[in-house]
Amino acid sequence: MCLGIPAKVIKTTDEWAWVDVNNVHLKVNISLVNGVKYGDYVIVHAGFAIQKLSPEEGESTLELFKQIVEFNEK
Amino acid sequence: MSENEKEKIKALIYCVKSLCNRLPDKINLMEVCGTHTVAIHRAGIKQLLCQKTRLISGPGCPVCVTPNDFVDKAIWYSFQPQTIVATFGDMFKVPGSYSSLAEAQAQGGKVHLVYSPLEAVELAKNNPDKKIVFLGIGFETTAPAVAYSILSARKANLHNFMVLSGHKTVPEALEKIAAHPLLNLDGFILPGHVSCIIGRKPYEFLSGVQHLPGVISGFEPVDILESLCMLYKQIVEGRCQIETQYRRAVPENGNRAALAIMQEVFLPKDSEWRGLGIIPKSGLALREKYSDWDAEVVYPSQIPKPRQHKGCICGAIIMGLKEPEECPLFGNLCHPEHPIGPCMVSSEGTCGTHFSYQIRGRLNESSVSA
Amino acid sequence: MKVQSAPNLKTDSKAKELIKLAHGSGGLLSRELIEKVIKPKFGNRILDRLEDAAVLFLSENLLAFSTDSYVVRPIFFPGGNIGKLAVCGTINDLAVVGAQPLAISCGFILEEGFSFETLNKIIDSMQKMASQTGCQIVTGDTKVVEKGGADQIFINTTGIGVVRIKSSLSIEQIQVGDELIVTGTIGDHAASVFVARQNLPMTSSLESDCAPLFGLLQPLWSLGAKIRFMRDPTRGGVAATLNEIVRGRDFGVEITESLLPIKPEVRGICELMGFDPLHLANEGKAVIVVAPESTEIVLGLLKQHPLGSDACVIGKIVEEPKGLVYLKTTLSTKRIIDLPVGDLLPRIC
Repeated sequence: MCLGIPAKVIKTTDEWAWVDVNNVHLKVNISLVNGVKYGDYVIVHAGFAIQKLSPEEGESTLELFKQIVEFNEK
Repeated sequence: MSENEKEKIKALIYCVKSLCNRLPDKINLMEVCGTHTVAIHRAGIKQLLCQKTRLISGPGCPVCVTPNDFVDKAIWYSFQPQTIVATFGDMFKVPGSYSSLAEAQAQGGKVHLVYSPLEAVELAKNNPDKKIVFLGIGFETTAPAVAYSILSARKANLHNFMVLSGHKTVPEALEKIAAHPLLNLDGFILPGHVSCIIGRKPYEFLSGVQHLPGVISGFEPVDILESLCMLYKQIVEGRCQIETQYRRAVPENGNRAALAIMQEVFLPKDSEWRGLGIIPKSGLALREKYSDWDAEVVYPSQIPKPRQHKGCICGAIIMGLKEPEECPLFGNLCHPEHPIGPCMVSSEGTCGTHFSYQIRGRLNESSVSA
Repeated sequence: MKVQSAPNLKTDSKAKELIKLAHGSGGLLSRELIEKVIKPKFGNRILDRLEDAAVLFLSENLLAFSTDSYVVRPIFFPGGNIGKLAVCGTINDLAVVGAQPLAISCGFILEEGFSFETLNKIIDSMQKMASQTGCQIVTGDTKVVEKGGADQIFINTTGIGVVRIKSSLSIEQIQVGDELIVTGTIGDHAASVFVARQNLPMTSSLESDCAPLFGLLQPLWSLGAKIRFMRDPTRGGVAATLNEIVRGRDFGVEITESLLPIKPEVRGICELMGFDPLHLANEGKAVIVVAPESTEIVLGLLKQHPLGSDACVIGKIVEEPKGLVYLKTTLSTKRIIDLPVGDLLPRIC
């Protein structure tokens, strides 16, 4: 129900941040997320950052794939 | 697309297909997020699922589940003197009992489309002689932003900004859906961005009391495929848990700061959902201390009795109980250029996609091989 | 253009540099507008005669004739303005039927109070586009309506061109197996205008692709019947154009998602707002249906021109499904690409 786009924070003030999505810059309100800083990735929805993205967990897809291949071989 | 991503997709498609074939029986899965419906349609995900899986688009679009009287009120406001209705674009074409905001605008109603609720606050600041009624729709993803906007208006001492709250909360609706006697669901793809706010725990009743597994999913094709794999794996292994595929954006406890702001301004109220009826405590109303910004309190509307269009079965379609083709209005009175009910408004919702496939052409989505 | 003698009107419009109602009423101010602005900027032997109709010598050529009206907002956007759009739009409609643009008419409807300075800039753009393409603005009209009666400026342009391509460019020429080429990145115009129009705190370096296509497409005309059909995908984007091509026909179109040339900024705006790049208008692109044996030559010719550097194949004409456009996704699944319905509405959902 919710279009939310990952965007990179390139500048912050108290309540606002400028974020970058493919070289498009958008000013979003960051009052709903604690500790947003330069370089963070946030999810943007309706002009607000609603969550910080944590770094992608390494090889979770590969792990899942391995499990399923093993599972199929049983 | 990078080679790495292509490999990931190949691997996931293999996983989905092989797991689907291992399912003991036919299963019904439901996704409850309008953005998932669009993402699944755009990627053609249903074509990758074997015949054992029925993937239903549930009542996950806040616009689709908003009953007619909300739109009727919005239209009424748009025609009042010195009043402007500010709304997200999603609501613009949604039909109410008699008309839509788009039609109201064409007849002189004052409607202003916004991307952020803070734009509506700005509109109020720049138009001190006008009343700005902002249409608050959306689930927990959006409600904190609207709550913050009310706090902003209060801080700026703006009393010409007010919110007509149509916000709803998802877990309560899921409870009713899970217990629905006719649906026979076997699992859920759970909304990703609602979960950014509420976390994973509010869904635990599904796997507990209801014995229904669920996976909180992201929105890229890779995310949805991975979520389906995780769900299939649970079913095949006889497990029943709420898992998070969208781990990069959904911490276990969600976003406490956003939840706090939402709970500061809003409190639960009973709410009517198209297709589901009235669900206790599934809506959000402004708390009394913020009643100065509550349109229902400071600027109550006067609308005629809301009505459903005869023959419109959006409620049943939203719940996956009927197909669009079973609707007497589908393709004749109701089509994308002239939607009768909200299901037809989005070109990527259930009725919109069926219209493209069935009416405009003979290509049947589920029978196309990848 | 008729110019009548009129009472001696003393106005201070020039001093205030604003359009007055009288500028459209055929009197002294109208004449001043023509003599001081229109003629110096568009000036050519035909226009300078200021007759009611431009008379053109055309010998025994096949003529192309096209008209369009322009109401874009904002009237100045990154990469262009309403005037540039008005001239390019009509030049492009002529170019895609294989016609060299010869003469253009230009009708202005101006709102009282419109600034002369702005009008001058718009007219300068129009003349620049016309002269770049070797055609002239030979006739026209100006009306002024009361304040509030029009939103700043509306423009109509109508163009005549001489058809130079020896074969017939038409949907009837299209055959199964033909390939679909697009001359560059899609969605640039609509996305950049959207950013300019909305009061969003959003910036991007994206510009409209508004440009005259005559120079780009002219070299293709020598290929004759190998070029089956061309269209510029304006309102409704590539989706609308492809659907127009297949409607009621006994063939369909397959396009491949991974082949679509889309700038990262356009993807970004589409993701943020919930748009589909295939539905976004283009003002400096063409969709070309070519015989498959000529694809490489066509691409080579297009890439020689600055406007065609991103030209590429995006799909082909297929036997089934008839009358439909479908997209092969990156997952190798398929979905129908339908006509877009209505305006771009930013979504949160």
